[in-house]
Amino acid sequence: MEGIVAVQNVSKHFGDHVVLNDLSLTMGRPEIFGLLGPSGSGKTTLVKMIAGIDAPSSGTVSVFGEGMPNLKLMGQIGYMAQADALYEELTAKENLEFFASLYGLNQAKRQKRIVEVMEMVSLKSDLKKMVKDYSGGMKRRLSLAIALLHEPKLLILDEPTVGIDPVLRKAIWDKFESLRDNGTAILVTTHVMDEAERCDRLGLIRDGEMIATGEPGQLKRETNSSTIEEAFLFYGGAGHAN
Amino acid sequence: MRIRAIVIRILQQFFRDKRTLALMLLAPLLILTMLWLVFNGKDYKPSIAAIDLPSSFIAKLNENDVKLKTLPYKDAMVELKEGKLDAVISHSNRELQIKLEGSDPTVNKETINKIQETMKELSPEKTQAKLSISYLYGSKDMSSFDNFGPVLLGFFAFFFVFLIAGVAFLRERTRGTLERLMASPLKRWEIVIGYVIGFGVFTTFQSAIIASYAIYVLDMLMNGSFIYVLIITLLLSLTALTLGTLLSSFANNELQMMQFIPLVVVPQIFFSGLFNLETISPWVRWIGPLTPLYYAADALRDVMIRGKGWSGIATDICMLIGFSLLFMLLNVVALKKHRRI
Repeated sequence: MEGIVAVQNVSKHFGDHVVLNDLSLTMGRPEIFGLLGPSGSGKTTLVKMIAGIDAPSSGTVSVFGEGMPNLKLMGQIGYMAQADALYEELTAKENLEFFASLYGLNQAKRQKRIVEVMEMVSLKSDLKKMVKDYSGGMKRRLSLAIALLHEPKLLILDEPTVGIDPVLRKAIWDKFESLRDNGTAILVTTHVMDEAERCDRLGLIRDGEMIATGEPGQLKRETNSSTIEEAFLFYGGAGHAN
Repeated sequence: MRIRAIVIRILQQFFRDKRTLALMLLAPLLILTMLWLVFNGKDYKPSIAAIDLPSSFIAKLNENDVKLKTLPYKDAMVELKEGKLDAVISHSNRELQIKLEGSDPTVNKETINKIQETMKELSPEKTQAKLSISYLYGSKDMSSFDNFGPVLLGFFAFFFVFLIAGVAFLRERTRGTLERLMASPLKRWEIVIGYVIGFGVFTTFQSAIIASYAIYVLDMLMNGSFIYVLIITLLLSLTALTLGTLLSSFANNELQMMQFIPLVVVPQIFFSGLFNLETISPWVRWIGPLTPLYYAADALRDVMIRGKGWSGIATDICMLIGFSLLFMLLNVVALKKHRRI
């Protein structure tokens, strides 16, 4: 087993500006891996590389044992970006049908999955609505539904729950856990601490560097903190002292 | 004070967007220069073949600033058909016979004027020799609209498809859907072909509507086959589509897409044959053959005015297909910016 995601010594820079610096990350089994860090820390760049739509300046990124980008692997990855990336002038259903066909789902499968994913994000009754009439939170959920359509083995979610109310957010995280239990690996970026607590493992990113990785409980114990936030501060501060 | 703050902010924004600034300042200069070069060209010198005419007449005609050739009647008619000559003058029964190429009313008038001037100078009191004018293409009823109509037909097809396709592709990028497409197993060339076919359907309708309106409603001169007109406008639209999507990757927003109009679209009009290409200053004349509209306008005129068939437009058609293929290829390469494979 070569693991699900293997990021090795990846660096990325635009001119003099360093976005990622010698960063490594591995996901060996289906788990929820949370990337926690402030905005501008390089989380999005990192997940884009794993999704195959950005290339590192140095280092390697592989998914399911093969280097990215790889068109065959892309069919097994579900990617949800920070932008909702929806066609506003189409209905939710038309959006779903379009993306479902890109991933090669046949007609029967397509209809079945559309209903399933829209139930998952509690939007089933809004299928025929135009996306431009959706609220911000609804668009976010539709975007998530699209990422789930083709039952990917690896889900890459960039801040999936921004603008979604707490009740629904909890329901969505419950869903993530059941997806994981069914064998889906989930890589999620967040800067919300209570979401971080629900991840199986966390990677703390600051200024393009992975300052710590481990289970939330373990990170707290090691730093003698009661919250992840305190642990982050500890590692961030220690990073500075070095 | 608040107004001052607004003024300063607007000026700052302007200086941030160097392209808009350059467009506001330089584009008008560029267009003015082009117009000047186009209109300040030389006077049009008609090319005329004289057949068996008295030497006194030929000498006088030469003084009147025309390009005169003497060659056998048969050869002259061939050159007239190819558009190398504007008129052939011959005589029979004390009558001067002028055969005009005929597709450009302005050229027709200029040519007849020169010949009439020459005749007046030769025998000022009375014009005893009669003039008999006939047309190879068109007629004396042909209006200027008939002449530049085919060019406008092509231009409008080009202009709107260019803009709409460009903005559509730009939105795909700015709204993040292009990124989502790139994160799927979709190949880069599939996106380009998808756009070509999707817009191709739309442009087929558009070409059909524009062409039928011009021909059947506005009664534009139409001597050739309607299906050729459709093929030419459709192929021109494809170059507009592929060029629009290509250039959209160099624009950050809709406004910057609009900025390509004076730079890419408007200059094409100057070299499309709306103005006589032979009077355009040689400094800019070379631009014409680099623009798709140049070939489309030529082909449309061949079909609509001169009634030519496939053999007359084949070269133009090939050039249009070539432009489309080139732009499509460049599109596929430009998408590499978003995904390496």
